[in-house]
Amino acid sequence: MFRRLRDDGEIVTIRVDGRLVDAVAGDSVAAALLAAGVARTRVTDGRGEPRGPYCAIGACFDCLATIDGIGNRRACTVEVAPGMSIETQGAKREITR
Amino acid sequence: MKTFEYDIAIVGGGLVGAAIGWGIAPSRPRIAILDEGDLALRASRGNFALVWVQGKGAGMPRYGMWTLRAAESWEAFAESLERQTGIDVQYRQPGGFHIALSRGELDRRLADLAQIQAQPGMPTIHLETLDPAALRTLLPEIGPEVAGATYSKHDGHCNSLRLLRALHTGFRLHGGTYLADHRVDSIAHAHGEFRIATNGGEIRAASIVLAAGLDNARLAPMVGMAMPVHPVRGQILATEKTGRFLDYPVSTVRQTDEGTVLIGDSREEIGFDTRATTDVLAAMADRAQRMFPRLARLNVVRSWAALRVMPRDGSALYEASSDCPGAYALATHSGVTLAPNHALVLARHIARAERTAEPFQAFSARRFDVPKAA
Repeated sequence: MFRRLRDDGEIVTIRVDGRLVDAVAGDSVAAALLAAGVARTRVTDGRGEPRGPYCAIGACFDCLATIDGIGNRRACTVEVAPGMSIETQGAKREITR
Repeated sequence: MKTFEYDIAIVGGGLVGAAIGWGIAPSRPRIAILDEGDLALRASRGNFALVWVQGKGAGMPRYGMWTLRAAESWEAFAESLERQTGIDVQYRQPGGFHIALSRGELDRRLADLAQIQAQPGMPTIHLETLDPAALRTLLPEIGPEVAGATYSKHDGHCNSLRLLRALHTGFRLHGGTYLADHRVDSIAHAHGEFRIATNGGEIRAASIVLAAGLDNARLAPMVGMAMPVHPVRGQILATEKTGRFLDYPVSTVRQTDEGTVLIGDSREEIGFDTRATTDVLAAMADRAQRMFPRLARLNVVRSWAALRVMPRDGSALYEASSDCPGAYALATHSGVTLAPNHALVLARHIARAERTAEPFQAFSARRFDVPKAA
């Protein structure tokens, strides 16, 4: 769905739902997910409808994901880091996450 | 200027006015609710939505009994609202907790409740005291600072915005008329009729019910009554929606049916000021996360403040005018808890013009006229 304009960045390996994914240094988590073909980061609280990166500037809160064990983080405002673990959310955030 | 005629005009479209309207409309459909616009002070849209009994009735056992009666009527009331309107107001009565963060807080709480219970005429309010170990089996997320809690099976909560919508929906289904942007400027009583001047035109009605919250203090004297009410600010924090972790309402923390955690822990006598302030919100958040440490992880998504409609003694005020027969005034800070009493009891008395009915005697502002013993 998305392709990178440049392919010369430094590779940063992250985990997405347990799967190893190559991102590029400087990517936001949202950009890395889209580049890896993951468009759904969460479902809505009410009707369980799929949501993913939309505004990509921190305003819409659609790209919420669990990042390094903390739920409901805006994937578009967090930069990837080596070894980072990202989990997409299939339900409301739990208070333990 | 347009002129309308109704049997009964209710001034105020909040929880009190809407409950009265809902209760009267089936028998007297020529009824109108006159409401203000969007910028009105609206306690009914800012409240915490507890249906609460424990701690009520200090200094006035009759108010404790009135509150208990309401709590016992709530389930059937919620069912009839849903049957009629299809709106589930999410009433739940698992019992509620009041959490103490120190031994001293708990002791003071127990002394206050014991004093209320000991008053002559006070109905028996179910109450248990739980130590932290017992409490943890019911509220597993409590933190190490929690010293204990009081529990009453009478307590519960609902979705008060849905309650307001259900009352308005039912009122209209019964043929009632809702008039927004009808702020009342003045009321005149002559020849058995009330002429109500509003910014939406003059309204004429045979009977008038003042349910205008804090504005009742201004309106009631126009029809021969006193309504000594003053604003008490309450602030609320709302978190993002979260998986269920709190199965019971706590007096200052509750999780809504949709997963939002509401924190409401302020009582401020600062006049007509509806601003939310960071110092109070921070103090509330601090207490809440000492009760439930994992709350600290959640994002707060909204905060707001609203003004409680507080009668001088913290109870309720119900008045039937002697000077202007057909005029009534109602004021309370417990529009959620007492909604069934308003909808089912007071509405019937007003529909039948029972001016001397017991609640109008027991909860009259005349109780403030009794000289205090020296």
